[in-house]
Amino acid sequence: MSPLLLTADEGEQSNGSSSPTVDCISQNGSGLKERNYMGLSDCSSVDCSAVSSLSEEKKNNLNLKSTELRLGLPGSPERTPELCLLNTGKLDEKPLFPLTPSKEGICSLLQKHVVSGNKRGFSDTIDGFSEVKGCVHTAGNSMIHATSDSQPPQSVGQGKFPGNSGMNVGPSSMSYGARSHILEFSGKILQEDPCATNGTSNNHKTASKNNSSSLAPKAQVVGWPPIRSFRKNSLATTPKNSPSAHFVKVSMDGAPYQRKVDLRTYSTYQELSTALEKMFSCFTIGQCGSQGALGREMLSERKLRDLLHGSDYVLTYEDKDGDWMLVGDVPWVMFFESCKRLKIMRGSDAIGLAPRAMEKTSKRI
Amino acid sequence: MNYFPDEVLEHVFDFLTSHRDRNAVSLVCSLWYRVERFSRQRVFIGNCYAISPEKLITRFPGLKSLTLKGKPHFADFNLVPYDWGGYVQPWIEALAKSRIGLEELRLKRMVVSDDSLELLSRSFANFKTLVLVSCEGFTTDGLAAIAANCRFLRELDLQENEIDDHSGHWLSCFPDSCTSLTSLNFACLKGEINLASLERLVARSPNLRSLRLNRAVPLETLQKILMRAPLLVDLGTGSYVHDPDSETYNKLKTTILKCKSIRNLSGFLEVAPRCLPAIFPICLNLTSLNLSYAAGIHGSELIKLIRHCAKLQRLWILDCIGDKGLEVVASTCNELQELRVFPSDPFGVGHDAVTENGLVAISIGCPKLHSLLYFCQQMTNAALITVARNCPNFIRFRLCILDPTRPDPVTMKPLDDGFGAIVQSCKLLRRLSLSGLLTDQVFLYIGMYAEQLEMLSVAFAGDSDKGMLYVLNGCKKLRKLEIRDCPFGNMALLSDVGKYETMRSLWMSSCEVTLWGCKTLAKVMPRLNVEIINEHDQMEICAEDGQRVEKMYLYRTLVGPRKDAPEFVWNL
Repeated sequence: MSPLLLTADEGEQSNGSSSPTVDCISQNGSGLKERNYMGLSDCSSVDCSAVSSLSEEKKNNLNLKSTELRLGLPGSPERTPELCLLNTGKLDEKPLFPLTPSKEGICSLLQKHVVSGNKRGFSDTIDGFSEVKGCVHTAGNSMIHATSDSQPPQSVGQGKFPGNSGMNVGPSSMSYGARSHILEFSGKILQEDPCATNGTSNNHKTASKNNSSSLAPKAQVVGWPPIRSFRKNSLATTPKNSPSAHFVKVSMDGAPYQRKVDLRTYSTYQELSTALEKMFSCFTIGQCGSQGALGREMLSERKLRDLLHGSDYVLTYEDKDGDWMLVGDVPWVMFFESCKRLKIMRGSDAIGLAPRAMEKTSKRI
Repeated sequence: MNYFPDEVLEHVFDFLTSHRDRNAVSLVCSLWYRVERFSRQRVFIGNCYAISPEKLITRFPGLKSLTLKGKPHFADFNLVPYDWGGYVQPWIEALAKSRIGLEELRLKRMVVSDDSLELLSRSFANFKTLVLVSCEGFTTDGLAAIAANCRFLRELDLQENEIDDHSGHWLSCFPDSCTSLTSLNFACLKGEINLASLERLVARSPNLRSLRLNRAVPLETLQKILMRAPLLVDLGTGSYVHDPDSETYNKLKTTILKCKSIRNLSGFLEVAPRCLPAIFPICLNLTSLNLSYAAGIHGSELIKLIRHCAKLQRLWILDCIGDKGLEVVASTCNELQELRVFPSDPFGVGHDAVTENGLVAISIGCPKLHSLLYFCQQMTNAALITVARNCPNFIRFRLCILDPTRPDPVTMKPLDDGFGAIVQSCKLLRRLSLSGLLTDQVFLYIGMYAEQLEMLSVAFAGDSDKGMLYVLNGCKKLRKLEIRDCPFGNMALLSDVGKYETMRSLWMSSCEVTLWGCKTLAKVMPRLNVEIINEHDQMEICAEDGQRVEKMYLYRTLVGPRKDAPEFVWNL
């Protein structure tokens, strides 16, 4: 498997760090099954014994990181020590995993891998790869920044990739990964998503990989959300029985202007009449009081209720056929479907509608 | 075991019903291999390009039941071009030529033509069962052939297929002598149906236990059908609209009272909610309810309906039920095992949608929950951790946050810890779909804890190759991995090439993998087909190796590159 990565026909660009990387490749390229992905026992040694240029770069980059405007993702400089944290079982202390068996699980996992310490740690392979990549890939590719930390992450950033950008991202994981990656990644999204707005500009949100959720017209990415097209098409063509909001005008005799209510926000007559009372109380009393507002309001509502009970006012509606009906006779859902508008009529006018029903209504409201 | 005659071995093997057990048994020794292969009747092929029909037939001469899957899963979401492949024709041709007495054929995401159906219907005298899920390429003429020629047909089950509907004529093609139907599902057909034929068909099918109608079947016909088939166990209504004051509706109410066997209810493709009370009497016995196509039933009516369904084990519903509705589900349906909440308005702002609160409520009320598909507006780590604690039995956990990179809205952090809790707590987890803002950390957790994981779907997640590496290294039982829009590149792809032979397939689209990476992999692993789907003619044959590959699909195979690949699919 080692020829795989040393492919001479790819036209290597050596950057000077050859032998340790060859070592790394051959070990890794053999497709060994056992992986020490937590980079345990070897982790600390990696930091010390890694190709010196690389570790220096890391340190430099750490400083660079701390001065940069972070786009929020947990940066990789923290990651490296995190891997070592796993070493010491610090994961146990994370309060978010209260399940105790995990502790044993982790410990045994740690031990298992410590025993097999001959295998190279995961982080080793990362480092090895990052340098290898710099050697191997060609075609006008910009030099892998794993080896050139003079290149500030910003330059890798937005917009189009230098044509052949396949390998920018992965190997830089250890140091540059998070931030530069976000920019590149969002740049990619910019390329391929015609509806996307600027994915990199962002506010305090930690995410900037894609359009943030605060953007109102959601960019429609192909194949997202993952719903079968059959289902999507079916829902699109199914007519809903009622519109999503059912606004009806409410007029009141003697009021200078009308109101509108969304019937969908109510599910019983009681709710509707309470809401209407609140809305129209100021008209009957004549003042929407400012002092002692609450007390006043309650007084007004009570007065309105009394007025209604005293059959001074009745609530009526115009149905689909154009007839004026008394509110309260039919089940709510039926009323909801057939109501086109509401009217608070003076009791005297409503006598013609249904005299006995008026008493029924007054009791109900 | 060498002392036993073959018949005894065979008899023992008969008790093994799962494919995996039988596959394992065949690996023990050549004797067992031989006995097993001659006695094998049911075969499942998860990727129709992994093996050829000829090899299948050679190995299993006693084959009676075949299940085939074609296109990759992401084809469901329009990520795979129309004529990518997955044709069933070669399979039917090969089987027809052989002496295989095929009785059952189940296909998923395959291209089926009318000719294939015609050939199928004429080639196997004992053909009994045809199940087509998410297939395309055929019309009702093909169905007519099946109806006319399969004299002993028992099951015709069409689920979510794209069928060109020419007319309702196909139903009339069932001969009068056909009385063997046990299951008929044509809910996905868009066109008209000959209602009289349908009624007569039901009338002469005494064994009918499952019937799912399409939109063209009105309530009157439903009532008549139920009169004829009171023993139905599985019912899918068509159009469920009528005047609740009518005599028809009253008749329906009475008829339904006699249908005491109904356990699965679905349909309501068109619905007048005021007619729902007719089904309340059967709700108590329901174990499965699918209202995911019933866009006409609103939140409060849904809730009223669900209050009657105390024994539900499976519920598929639209998110207009809201968090409040899910609380009702949680308090009513304590036996719930599977829940799917679909978005009713995938691109809208979603006033009625569900959030993490609904899921938490479900987890409290439904401890037996083991399968979840949940489309929501938002999710928090705290909620996921709570769910993980309350429901440790998840086998399938698929979460889809409609905004794919949304963080925890409370803490603004990625959802790594939430999903980490899920995989840590649910030791039997076999399928996982991620969404929301996610870093490499979540993949570390998955690699560490998800030991039984077989299928992982990832979108817009991770920061670096490490993420993918964690998963490839840690999930020993991984069979299907599908990734889109993640920053995983050649290093992750090439780090453990042998792994892909232990898996069925890998899909990567809009990632950082390049042509060079794919070519390299293909060179090294001859038993993998590495296919590049190149739709936009951006790449030419001598494209630069450093160019990113838009869509890559690789799978293990015993038969090398397929010969039916269209021009835009390159096999490297």
